[in-house]
Amino acid sequence: MSDPTMRLRGRVAAKLGDNIDTDIIYPGRYLNITDREKTPEHLFELAYPELRSQIHPGDIILAGKNFGCGSSREQATAAIKYAGVGAVIAFSFARIFFRNSINLGLPVLVSDAPRRLQPGDDLLIDLTAGTILDLATDRTYTCAPLDAKAAELLAAGGLVPYLKKRYASV
Amino acid sequence: MTLAEKILARASGRASVSPDEIVVANIDVAMSHENADLVRKSFKEIGVKRVWDPGRIVIILDHRVPAESEKTAATHKAIREFVAEQGIRNFYDVGRGGICHQVLAERGHVGPGMVVVGTDSHTTTHGAFGAFAAGIGATEMAGVWTEGRLWFKVPSTIRIEVAGEFAPFVSAKDLILYIIGKLGADGADYRAVEFDGPAVREMSVASRMVIANLSMEMGAKVAFLPVDEKLAAWLRDAGRDITPGPDYEPDPDAKYERVLHIDLAKDVPEPQIACPHAVDNVHPVSEVAGTPVNQAVLGSCTNGRLEDLEAAARIIAGRTVHPRTRLIVIPASQRIYLEAIRLGYLRTLVEAGAIVNAPGCGPCVGVHQGIIAAGEACISSTNRNFIGRMGSKDSTVYLGSPAVVAASAVAGEIVHPAAIAGRVEEAEA
Repeated sequence: MSDPTMRLRGRVAAKLGDNIDTDIIYPGRYLNITDREKTPEHLFELAYPELRSQIHPGDIILAGKNFGCGSSREQATAAIKYAGVGAVIAFSFARIFFRNSINLGLPVLVSDAPRRLQPGDDLLIDLTAGTILDLATDRTYTCAPLDAKAAELLAAGGLVPYLKKRYASV
Repeated sequence: MTLAEKILARASGRASVSPDEIVVANIDVAMSHENADLVRKSFKEIGVKRVWDPGRIVIILDHRVPAESEKTAATHKAIREFVAEQGIRNFYDVGRGGICHQVLAERGHVGPGMVVVGTDSHTTTHGAFGAFAAGIGATEMAGVWTEGRLWFKVPSTIRIEVAGEFAPFVSAKDLILYIIGKLGADGADYRAVEFDGPAVREMSVASRMVIANLSMEMGAKVAFLPVDEKLAAWLRDAGRDITPGPDYEPDPDAKYERVLHIDLAKDVPEPQIACPHAVDNVHPVSEVAGTPVNQAVLGSCTNGRLEDLEAAARIIAGRTVHPRTRLIVIPASQRIYLEAIRLGYLRTLVEAGAIVNAPGCGPCVGVHQGIIAAGEACISSTNRNFIGRMGSKDSTVYLGSPAVVAASAVAGEIVHPAAIAGRVEEAEA
């Protein structure tokens, strides 16, 4: 039985290409914004200004390889997460972006599914099983399994809740 | 074992480790810059009162120095209050340090065999000192401040051996741009990269830092350069005594994912330029020569060191910056700034029409002190040329070596430095 909290359903809001860098996701000039809730205002602002208004809570973003390459800026993950995006599915992720996402509790899935999926598709993702179901076609795609440690952090909702629990009594 | 495996094994208390294993490693140095404020917020959310070891945390303000806005001033103030509260002694305030990676190294915080994490992607720079040094995010750093350890997936390693001699006006920057162009922006994603070979051992420590720094732009988790007598001498000046030896070398039977051989004369015969808008969009300078530039930037954690300022001063001496071009020079640290004053490099550059900024990141990250307008082009010795990186989304950034930046500033367009500095033989004499 899959853990129901590790399942999510959403609509594909955008399909992006390869090497979407952190400056595209969140420009460096806004790095002095440290309230995570305010970061979505600048999501994709310079390169894809039209995209922000098309992203709604629960939506899913698709991308090619090396998504999130470049800076270690956590605002890039925060801007996606706090825009309400349910998950990012990409061929591959840059490692710091990937870890930031796990640490902030944003599901990131490595899969070839973006090859076939399109904006508007309605998806059901099972993070525990590592599957993506296209509800319109009933076709299932698989994801690379998460490392045990990453899965544990994601299940906890991110690193802060994970450590908060561990150090609650300190 | 490779160097990455050796260091992670030691730091996690194991006899040996292999790629893809997950280990929990003790952290030797944890560095942050202005984003220490973001780390601080996550740290407070976790709810622990004291950081694990204030002596192992280093905070260096560099991204917006001196504060360019009231918001940044408040951030700086919050960081000062936090370091005082936590007893963090290794804090480099405005005017006391410079760019984080330069300061961390020159003040002797890093040495071979260490595990270093920094909330900056270019933390890979410290592989030039034989450290396992990786960039991490702010919340992850809050975890390090809490526990003093971090989980890593043991990376597989790519080994790159470089032989031959640099042609005149070709430098470490050109070599690493060539490699990034060859491997691609994700060519080393999740991997460690070991650089070695006679040409690498011949390089100055400053040049090795360029290689390690830019390895990030092909996705490397960590990079390693040789730990030799040259490095030991450099570290002694920084106040750290080390003895090169097998602990800091990969084992002879280390297993590599792949091994690349580069011959400088054959593969990198001329300066290389990363063209808009990707660092792996690399072309020989001859293919982009003649592109007009409105701004030239010499500086950053990649190329703001003394040898970089010297290379630029030699080319610019007795010449002037082209009327259509602005030359911005940013020494990487206060120490480099002072040395460049003492040696006359800055005088030469200022006399030619350059403006000198305070040591820091400034225009490289597009926040202040040299932002470019729509339609403008910039030749820069920095590390990224992404859309809007240095200003308008409709501007373009070309990345090149300090010599190319200096020569292009004089020409008003991208040029091979030999075109400005006269005949190659003269320059060598």
